[in-house]
Amino acid sequence: MAAVPQHVHLKYLVNGEEAPVSFAPYKTLLEVLREDLNLTGTKHGCELGECGACAVLVDGEPQLSCLVLGVECEGRHIETVEGLADGGTLHPLQAAFADFGAAQCGYCTPGILMTAKALLDKNPNVNRDQIKEAISGNLCRCTGYLQIFEAIEEAAKQMGAK
Amino acid sequence: MSLKVIGKSRRRVDGRSKVTGQTRFADDIVLPRMLHCRLLRSQHPHADILEINSEKAEKLPGVHLVLTGKDFPVPFGIMPVSQDEYPLANGRVRYVGDPIAAVIAKDEQTATAALDLVEVKFKVLKTISDPQEALQTSEPRIHEYGEHGNIHRIQSYEFGDVGEALAKADHVFDDVFFYEGNTHLPIEQHASVAAPDGEGKLTLWSSTQVPHYIHRALSRALQMPAAHIRVIACPNGGGFGGKCDLHNHEIVVSRAALKLGRPVKICLNREEVFYMHRGRHPVLMRMRTGVTKDGKLTGMHLQTLLDGGGYGSYGAASTFYTGVLQTVTYELPRYKFDACRAFTNKPPCGPKRGHGTPQPRFGQEVQLDKIAEKLKLDPAELRLNIVAKPNTLTANWLKIGTIGLAECIRQVVARSDWKNRFRKLPEGRGVGIACSSYLTGAGLPIYWNKMPHSGVQLLADRSGQITVFCGATEIGQGSDDVLAAMVAEVLGIDPYDIRCITGDTAITPVDLGSYSSRVTVMMGNAAIQAAEKLKAQIAEAAAEQLEVLPSQLLFSHGKVFHPESSNKSLSFREAVEFAEAKFGTLGAVGSYSPPRAPGRYKGAGVGPSPAYSYSACVVEVEVDKATGWLAVPKIWIAHDLGRAVNPVLARGQVEGSVYMGLAEALMEEQVFRRLPPKMSHALVHKIPSLLEYKSPTSLDMPEIDTILVEDPDPNCPFGAKEAGQGPLLPVMPAVANAIFDAVGVRIDEVPITPEKILRALELKAAGKNPRVGPERFPEVPYPPSTFVLPPWENGDGKETKRDDAVAVV
Repeated sequence: MAAVPQHVHLKYLVNGEEAPVSFAPYKTLLEVLREDLNLTGTKHGCELGECGACAVLVDGEPQLSCLVLGVECEGRHIETVEGLADGGTLHPLQAAFADFGAAQCGYCTPGILMTAKALLDKNPNVNRDQIKEAISGNLCRCTGYLQIFEAIEEAAKQMGAK
Repeated sequence: MSLKVIGKSRRRVDGRSKVTGQTRFADDIVLPRMLHCRLLRSQHPHADILEINSEKAEKLPGVHLVLTGKDFPVPFGIMPVSQDEYPLANGRVRYVGDPIAAVIAKDEQTATAALDLVEVKFKVLKTISDPQEALQTSEPRIHEYGEHGNIHRIQSYEFGDVGEALAKADHVFDDVFFYEGNTHLPIEQHASVAAPDGEGKLTLWSSTQVPHYIHRALSRALQMPAAHIRVIACPNGGGFGGKCDLHNHEIVVSRAALKLGRPVKICLNREEVFYMHRGRHPVLMRMRTGVTKDGKLTGMHLQTLLDGGGYGSYGAASTFYTGVLQTVTYELPRYKFDACRAFTNKPPCGPKRGHGTPQPRFGQEVQLDKIAEKLKLDPAELRLNIVAKPNTLTANWLKIGTIGLAECIRQVVARSDWKNRFRKLPEGRGVGIACSSYLTGAGLPIYWNKMPHSGVQLLADRSGQITVFCGATEIGQGSDDVLAAMVAEVLGIDPYDIRCITGDTAITPVDLGSYSSRVTVMMGNAAIQAAEKLKAQIAEAAAEQLEVLPSQLLFSHGKVFHPESSNKSLSFREAVEFAEAKFGTLGAVGSYSPPRAPGRYKGAGVGPSPAYSYSACVVEVEVDKATGWLAVPKIWIAHDLGRAVNPVLARGQVEGSVYMGLAEALMEEQVFRRLPPKMSHALVHKIPSLLEYKSPTSLDMPEIDTILVEDPDPNCPFGAKEAGQGPLLPVMPAVANAIFDAVGVRIDEVPITPEKILRALELKAAGKNPRVGPERFPEVPYPPSTFVLPPWENGDGKETKRDDAVAVV
């Protein structure tokens, strides 16, 4: 008989808010976010670290949440797509993705947005090669990537202008 | 009249949800008391099931239900002619991955643990691993239906005497090509949630491109009235044709939810998505083409052999599509098309972007390159000289409307500086050209009926809001945006003020689904018709108030006004109020059915379309002669889409197609291997993971110069044809042709890997035929042809006797 796993109780900081959460210890951060915190904006495409759809920021660094255990993240700051906009105002990356056709089906979009945010937070003066390199672990099946590059470049411009 | 919405680049109407993570995909749905389903799948490619014992699984704490084949006595299949699947195997499994049993449990973890406790006894049968083996193996039959042995479909059509056309040609080119299978690879894994409502009726939320077909097929599979079933197509996280079948899991969770009285969810894992497949058929083909010395085609004889996998799926249609559109691109006086689809013990093949047409397109365009080489003609010029003529019929009786292909060719030739580069670049660098055409919607539905292909319903009320209902499905291509744009253009309002309710069989009029590039033309025409009806009512009421004639009123910028008198103007909301007061509750419907096709022979239903799109492509390559390594620095693509509804999205569709075409050209392959004999020796997927099934990343994408050629087609809404499939087609052959320009070797199959290039270079160095590709085409027992005379040989579109035909000629 399978033993009923004990739940762990801990606290994250999610999108700037304290988030106490209780879950079975085998769960990945991806599962905790989607199933226990109801943050379904973060997607999954393989749960093996191959597609990048589940990328979130942990303490500002992009991480594949399907490869991170939920218990590893106690007390850490987790940023997801739900926290990207400033209230009702879209983040420049979000606005550019919407305007430049960078989101077609929108399924890989949250992972790419978060990966691009980490890139631009460090350095808004990026060139196209750096953008390509930064999102090379995020598979997109719809766009052919070019409109994604353009959207990130536009966002970088907007963010630099501020 | 100038267009206000159509043709302007805008943020798509559903764009904000997609960038905020609010788009709700099927796996994002969570319902109270929801249970989770996992499927036990066959580890044998071909076996009889002797016994299933699920007692231990049923006793595992947290397990609510175990289902097996005996719970599903009724077969299903997406096409009426191929009802050959069972939701859970009914005594026989036909590929590794075929579902056998389902466990419904409190969570996925428990369901997965219970799968191991289901005991199944098999009697292993001979595995049929490829179509040639299928032709040679009449027993065991994978299915009891089909033509004979393991042949699912076999057919032959001849339009004019092709033997004579080839005999009279100055040259006959005879080539064998192979196109490897590949899969859709949507980043969203298929998910479904089924839930009974308070009245015991069923709702199914699913990642499907075809909610109407699912609704119909589910009613049959569950033996339940369609009126008690509601199918909601969630926005798809990519479709590409892979979410067009009714899938086993959709039926299983529906049955389970009804049985348990609780919501049941399933989300396939990535390996399961690879095994469910329904992707590109591997096709071996032989193409014999007659040409005159100045490069005009006299006739073509195409023979195909398709690897269908274990079930029918859309294969009956795929078999036709692997030939019927060969006549649409260039003038082809006579055409013969033999096709055969064999069953094999592999995941079933079905429709993938371009459905059936990329394979023969690859062959034809590479062969044209060989023809140009032999005749010492520029391959771009050769193509320009044979472009099909607008408003004509083809040899197989397809009606062509507008053709922007010549302009597409001229554009890519000019932008790529073709004339200064073709055969003029240094050794190792090269350019290649290819063209293509594609459907703008299939002319017939997959089941015979005389009803509309698309319906649109509009709701308007005194608030000034417009809600538009349509069964069309948003799979990322932008169908909601097209819908809003059409209505907004007609009513002169802002597309962002329109609410789109789509893909829900309970509340939206039937639309056949997001496949065959049909949505823009069919939904768009229905939307315009509905909006025009509503506009007429509003105009009549507004005209009465403004004391002008309805025909004098313009609808623009959210106003209804007389253009010559500034005081005769109402806001759109005010005008709707007057209309509601005058006519009562407002609403309008629109319908669309494609024009009747002229062909009258049996089989003429596959291929007709309201319009055809055209593309031309130039690819530049760099080949490292030491390693065979291939780099693609740039691609030029011109696509005749009639008119761009929203150019930023249209460009995205074209570039996404180029991306997927390049992926098929260079790396993607759905291939299989045998496990070692000391294991089961089973035929399994070689690489069922996103890491090992190679697809291009951001680092692999070349620069793309995208040119949208606009030649509005009168059959299409505001002239808009398709953009989401056609531009994939010319990429693969353009890559192959560019490699020949670069290093003088022919790769007559895809994917074109460095290994193959290197092998061809070695052959060249050894003074042998510098070609890698299939050597021969097997004997296939094609039946005598259905013989039809082309329109220009006094044909009437019906089948005729060959002897009569010869007499006429």
